[in-house]
Amino acid sequence: MQFHEARLDNGLQIVAERSPGVHSVAVGFFVKTGARDETDEISGVSHFLEHMAFKGTERHSADDVNRIFDEVGAKYNASTGEEVTLFYGAVLPEYLPQTLELLSSIIFPSLRQEDFDMEKNVILEEIGMYEDQPTFTVYENLMQLHFAGHSLGRSILGTKDSIAQLKSEQMRSYHQSRYTAGNILLAAAGQFEWPDLLSQVRQYCDPWPAGNPGRIVSEAQPAGGFKLLTKPGGNQQHVMHMASAPRADDTMRFAADLLAVIVGDDTGSRMFWDLVDPGHVETAELGYNEFDGSGVFLTYFGCAPEETERNLARVQAIFDDVNRNGVTEQELAQARNKVASRIVLRSERPMGRLSSLGHNFVYRNEYRSVAADLETVRTVTTQDIRTLLDRYPLRQLSTVSTGPLEQLDWR
Amino acid sequence: MPDQLIHTHTFPNGLTLIIEPMADVASAAFSLLVPAGSIYDPPGAEGCAAILSDWIMRGAGDRSSLQITNELDNLGVQRSEGVGASHISFGGATIAEALPETLRIYADVLRRPHLADDQFAAVQSGAEQTLLAIEDEPRQKVMLELRRLCYEAPWGRPSEGSLEGVAAATPAIVQQHYQTCFRPHDAILGIAGKVDIDTVVAQVGELFGDWPSLPAPPVVTGPRGPYRDHLPQESTQTQIGIAYDSVPYSDDGYYAAWAVVGVLSGGMSSRLFTEVREKRGLCYSVYASLNSLRDQGRVLCYAGTTVERAQETLDVTLQELQRVAGGIEQSELDRCKARAKSALIMQQESSSSRAAAIARDWYHLGRVTTLDEVRAKIEALRVADLLEHIHQHPARDFTILTLGPQPLEVNLAVP
Repeated sequence: MQFHEARLDNGLQIVAERSPGVHSVAVGFFVKTGARDETDEISGVSHFLEHMAFKGTERHSADDVNRIFDEVGAKYNASTGEEVTLFYGAVLPEYLPQTLELLSSIIFPSLRQEDFDMEKNVILEEIGMYEDQPTFTVYENLMQLHFAGHSLGRSILGTKDSIAQLKSEQMRSYHQSRYTAGNILLAAAGQFEWPDLLSQVRQYCDPWPAGNPGRIVSEAQPAGGFKLLTKPGGNQQHVMHMASAPRADDTMRFAADLLAVIVGDDTGSRMFWDLVDPGHVETAELGYNEFDGSGVFLTYFGCAPEETERNLARVQAIFDDVNRNGVTEQELAQARNKVASRIVLRSERPMGRLSSLGHNFVYRNEYRSVAADLETVRTVTTQDIRTLLDRYPLRQLSTVSTGPLEQLDWR
Repeated sequence: MPDQLIHTHTFPNGLTLIIEPMADVASAAFSLLVPAGSIYDPPGAEGCAAILSDWIMRGAGDRSSLQITNELDNLGVQRSEGVGASHISFGGATIAEALPETLRIYADVLRRPHLADDQFAAVQSGAEQTLLAIEDEPRQKVMLELRRLCYEAPWGRPSEGSLEGVAAATPAIVQQHYQTCFRPHDAILGIAGKVDIDTVVAQVGELFGDWPSLPAPPVVTGPRGPYRDHLPQESTQTQIGIAYDSVPYSDDGYYAAWAVVGVLSGGMSSRLFTEVREKRGLCYSVYASLNSLRDQGRVLCYAGTTVERAQETLDVTLQELQRVAGGIEQSELDRCKARAKSALIMQQESSSSRAAAIARDWYHLGRVTTLDEVRAKIEALRVADLLEHIHQHPARDFTILTLGPQPLEVNLAVP
């Protein structure tokens, strides 16, 4: 694998990793903007704007955009999160120029009023769809509770109200302030020739406006809390917890990744043996999510309503034990093997590398090869995890539950 | 296309092994299909196969449940167990060097499971909770129930079983399911990745060569469901499921059928996405897919939309499904071909995708189609072939299921 990087005069950063053994190439524009960069009045605009990108530009109608992507056989899409809006495509190498041209074009969309009005309906449908999904409802409410008063607590989709009120001028102004070359990263992974890629990027992206609006980042200081959303007629009770964890540029993140595998992976973890294997829950997991300036341990389980209180106590018992006694050498060795295998498997596909490459630059501005990631995983010690737990213990700090229960007494 | 070498080997006891070495990966993956799926669930104990797929991993040979999980984790195996109508499937991928030890563990799981009584209650509880979780996921629920309506029993039955069936299952019933269904005849093992053919054949022979054969158990068939149904639920959206007859994977006309569904729903320039979502803003999610059993196929179509827009969504979707008979542009077919070409090539970057594909091919066809062969068939398609397929298998006799606060009317007129 060979790594290349460059920066255009307008500030656009380009990073690329060439893998001679693969047959395709993945490219993505990582725009460093998302829900946390919004205000109440424009809540949901980042995600709505991501949809509008596919509605066309001065040169391409909406039909053209979808048609051209399909003509080159691209696997393409976009996603919006709290901090990053990503536009990507994976194609055969001969279609890379067309794909780059189209991707670089659609992130400066026309935002035509009639398209805006029509797409509003689709966004409202998407909100409706998620309303019917209990795990999503819980996550959304938990982010708002855990990050209350902090920009990370903002909803990605927005509300039916904020979307209904949103005007295309507001979207235009948000786009002008956030979609500037210095706030965008282009990443590529797979089969390509670097000089060709660079000259194509110059051709398509040189005219972009310069500038970098940045983002004010502070580590959240969550106060925690509890919220129960009663949903009559539901069958399962869904519970999610959050607690603070290392921020994205903290070197403790590697220990946090391994700790999450040891405590909450879908097989062989503490939560698997104490909750899933005995049949106390339908599913249970703990993950580590990194953000700009903050991080969270996110715990989830779904179970029969009458088992909820006992399961809350079981989770607390696991956390108490881990916080007090740390993890064993054997557990760590097992987690290292699992994570190493995942890194290798994921790296075999250009899309897998694109995601890793892009996030390393968005959050840390550094290149990490597969070999470097494997080496880091090998060198994390149980003492590193001890240090992590002393700073960021596992907790049921912020909790949201939804399901048929009308009350839930615990602690 | 890159060169592709596929080796198949059927052992005297009936087990078929298919191997595809891949030069550019460091991983190896396997897909193991055992003919013990939910169609063999005893009447009254629906969910038996689902229970078995979990129970069987909980101790085998000289390993406890804990040891199996720990050893597979230590080998870095990304694993999954699943139940379908015809098979219980075991799949896994890891670093190639770990494959031989992984297969040794699975040989014990398949041939020497403990199926210990003291694990049964936990497994049963897990199966029950899986069913309850589906009840809370309307999008999944509507498509599961659509299958039940449009296929005859037991093929259309949810492979997860039913709450009553899971409750009625006992250790003895599930052990009996294992005894009659777990057999090498009709079992398929696909392996793809950085592997050596001779080494794999020798090892699989050693592990499974003396697995004794058994006759295939009978399948008790029953009628399909009604063509129209509504499941009342207080939800924000109405879920719409539509099914109609098509052809199975083994049919000569399969690729034409595939391309017609591609014109309808392959990519964002396809008709359903364009007409239902882009032009009218009726929903976020709408799609059609071609679903295949061994000897029959259906087009399964989904749309989810808020109650006020549900009627129009159903009307427009039905119109589009029928309107395709009126003509297809060459450019629509060309886009299907382009998507197929890149999907086929990208499949060669993933050992898991290839392992699953070769095992699936063997089940449906009794042979493996090379990617070159698939590509040639797709390249040869003409618009006339697609229209001929529609003529033979028109979109009609729809099975329509809705789930939501109100039922909908079915208007089949095409303006």
